[in-house]
Amino acid sequence: MGEKSVDKASLSMLDKAAQEGIETAWDRYEKQQPQCGFGLLGLCCRHCNMGPCRIDPFGEEPQEGICGATADTIAARHLLRMIAAGAAAHSDHGRDIVTTLYETAEGEAQGYQIKDEGKLRALAAEFGIPEEGRSKEDVARDLAREAMEEFGMVKGTLNFLNRVPEKRRQLWEKLGIAPRGIDREIVEAMHRTHMGVDNDYVNLTLHGVRTGLSDGWGGSMFATEFSDVLFGTPQPVRGKSNLGVLKEDQVNIVVHGHEPVLSEMIVQAAKDEELIAAAREKGAQGINVCGMCCTGNEILMRHGVPVAGNFLQQELAVITGVVDAMVVDVQCIMPALTQVAKCYHTKLISTSPKARFPEMEHVPFSERTALDTARQIVKMAVDNYPRRNKDRIQVPDEEMEYMAGFSVEAILKALGGSLNPLLDAIKAGQIKGIAAVVGCNNPKVTQDSGHLTITRELIKNDVLVVQTGCAAIACAKAGLLLPEAADQAGPGLSAVCKALGIPPVLHMGSCVDISRILVTAAAIANALGVDISDLPAAGAAPEWMSEKAVSIGSYVVGSGVFTVLGTVPQVLGAKKFTELLTKGAQDVLGAAFAVETDPLKAAELIIEHIAAKRKGLGLEA
Amino acid sequence: MKEVQIDVGRCVGCKSCEIACAVEHSAGKELFGAIFEEPQPRKRIFVQHAGEKSVPVNCRHCEEAFCVRVCPTGAMYRQGAIVLHNRNLCIGCGFCELACPFGAITRSPGSKLVTKCDLCPDREIPACVSACPTNALSFTTPEEAQRKKRRTLAEQMFLP
Repeated sequence: MGEKSVDKASLSMLDKAAQEGIETAWDRYEKQQPQCGFGLLGLCCRHCNMGPCRIDPFGEEPQEGICGATADTIAARHLLRMIAAGAAAHSDHGRDIVTTLYETAEGEAQGYQIKDEGKLRALAAEFGIPEEGRSKEDVARDLAREAMEEFGMVKGTLNFLNRVPEKRRQLWEKLGIAPRGIDREIVEAMHRTHMGVDNDYVNLTLHGVRTGLSDGWGGSMFATEFSDVLFGTPQPVRGKSNLGVLKEDQVNIVVHGHEPVLSEMIVQAAKDEELIAAAREKGAQGINVCGMCCTGNEILMRHGVPVAGNFLQQELAVITGVVDAMVVDVQCIMPALTQVAKCYHTKLISTSPKARFPEMEHVPFSERTALDTARQIVKMAVDNYPRRNKDRIQVPDEEMEYMAGFSVEAILKALGGSLNPLLDAIKAGQIKGIAAVVGCNNPKVTQDSGHLTITRELIKNDVLVVQTGCAAIACAKAGLLLPEAADQAGPGLSAVCKALGIPPVLHMGSCVDISRILVTAAAIANALGVDISDLPAAGAAPEWMSEKAVSIGSYVVGSGVFTVLGTVPQVLGAKKFTELLTKGAQDVLGAAFAVETDPLKAAELIIEHIAAKRKGLGLEA
Repeated sequence: MKEVQIDVGRCVGCKSCEIACAVEHSAGKELFGAIFEEPQPRKRIFVQHAGEKSVPVNCRHCEEAFCVRVCPTGAMYRQGAIVLHNRNLCIGCGFCELACPFGAITRSPGSKLVTKCDLCPDREIPACVSACPTNALSFTTPEEAQRKKRRTLAEQMFLP
């Protein structure tokens, strides 16, 4: 690894950490070097207690595990379990949103309301639920029940498959990978990867795609759509990003994790006059709620709430010395936070029964008492404000404006109500194609450099970039989410962006909101009467690290989109399996993975791919 | 002169030393590329299990090296404190393998020519030592290694 980050705010906080003797993920990464070769290559199996077993990567003995599993079986089983874990994370998040909608409809969720009734009724129609002349609560109750059914469904395939282009759906049917119930695919993945069940790496991979699809076109899509119903469908909104959004003279609350259910209420509670008065009494100018990771994305998409940073900045936010409370729910929360926070006054508060941290204060969160709990948490932050150690405060200056909120509905609105202007721009070659740049941070990559290098190169070449997750936060911090960034785009894309007043890089939300990208791709394919795999489109995960990213990769490729990975997946020791993922999948799914750790070369791969797909559609390269 | 020292009790049998050794003796010296190289790079250290224990075994670079003595062509030779092997002179007779008391000399894949530890001439610390996550392997002088053992013993003797 070269530099730790390209973000000056990160670097200044890393200097502070070094001076104060505080360890961060980068230090722990160094201490893990060299990482286990068997693990890196996917050649270690711990699925049963005959093992652990390892395969020699250099062709020497052993070449089989005790049960006889080969490198390909072992790596494919391991990847399937990663997909199952990732799909489970997204889908369980989706389930929580569905449950919240149900309880809201029942009048049992405190502080929530149905904000987008139009979307509720449209979804009801999609699910065949009568809505005319019925109250929104009645419709929401039936819709939520119907959605709950889809998690443990016994009949047919997922309802959202009606959004998938006909050709793609038929392909899934033919391959036997059209996803059935969401939970079922995850359970089946665990069953198949048990000792002595599915040992054929091809068969395992097909189920991996199906499990991923149950996330993308199931769990994640429910999370997105139902969050829109509850909290409003995002529309273009401006806000600020990076550690500079933390304010020395305010009570700073960082909401970190993934679900919007709690953070929405904290945003609401922080506006409470009584609490603001309490903050003033303690000497603060006000209450400043900031986001971190995808919880941050959820609330910035809908409210323009400042976002303090992405995955690798969670410890750095605490190191500023001005975070009075960091509230976490689920996913991507480093257990190391408790150690870092011990060196400062920061109060860490866990809230989900699913995610507890040793030595972290826990305030159990429930939809039924959501607003009360949110108020209690804000109060804790306010009370903690006077405990700051003034000698240890240092907030970076870096702060950058962003424009976000590009839901599918918002994009359509920007286009004047129909996809046609976008299609015309693609056909005319003003926009060469669309690339989704998504995913995490990973200390194996200089923080944000993967995201920024690929994104800048793509827009320069007239490729419209859509983003979610930590990739989007990276681009927010670099100013790429502003309409002015059109100046960094090629002439075609730049002209389109300027005409529409949009940035060349569209922030579409949190990691579950990649479902918005799927919906957009499907809509474009349907409008052109082709399959998604025919589109001049590609995906990239330049700095991915989580199992959720593996699930995303599998449903994106499964949906027909070529995807470039910027960190090496733990499969290379399994040569036939690697060949399947990077080449064989192309013949079966019309899309495959590429692994390219150099972001400039990755961008080149995407640009070449888009040119080839344009040619396939009879468009000028 | 530093040598690879083995603290037998610390080896957990992870074989990280074996992989690091093979990677260091590949053309690209990088894991993800090394596994695709032909001929496949070969490790020169071996984690040998004995019951529930395991121990990394490699060339001890003996003073009176039997392998050097039995080599009919001078392929196995001594350079200072290190025993090295010249592939160009090796005829693949296998006498050195027979002579080595530790099983530290093995054949190259698909050939009768042998390979052995060269203490990683391109590195300050041999790859196996750098890769060991439990410090079962260390690279120190025998004097320092013995001093360390004596210190541990002394500390144990004066425990309250």
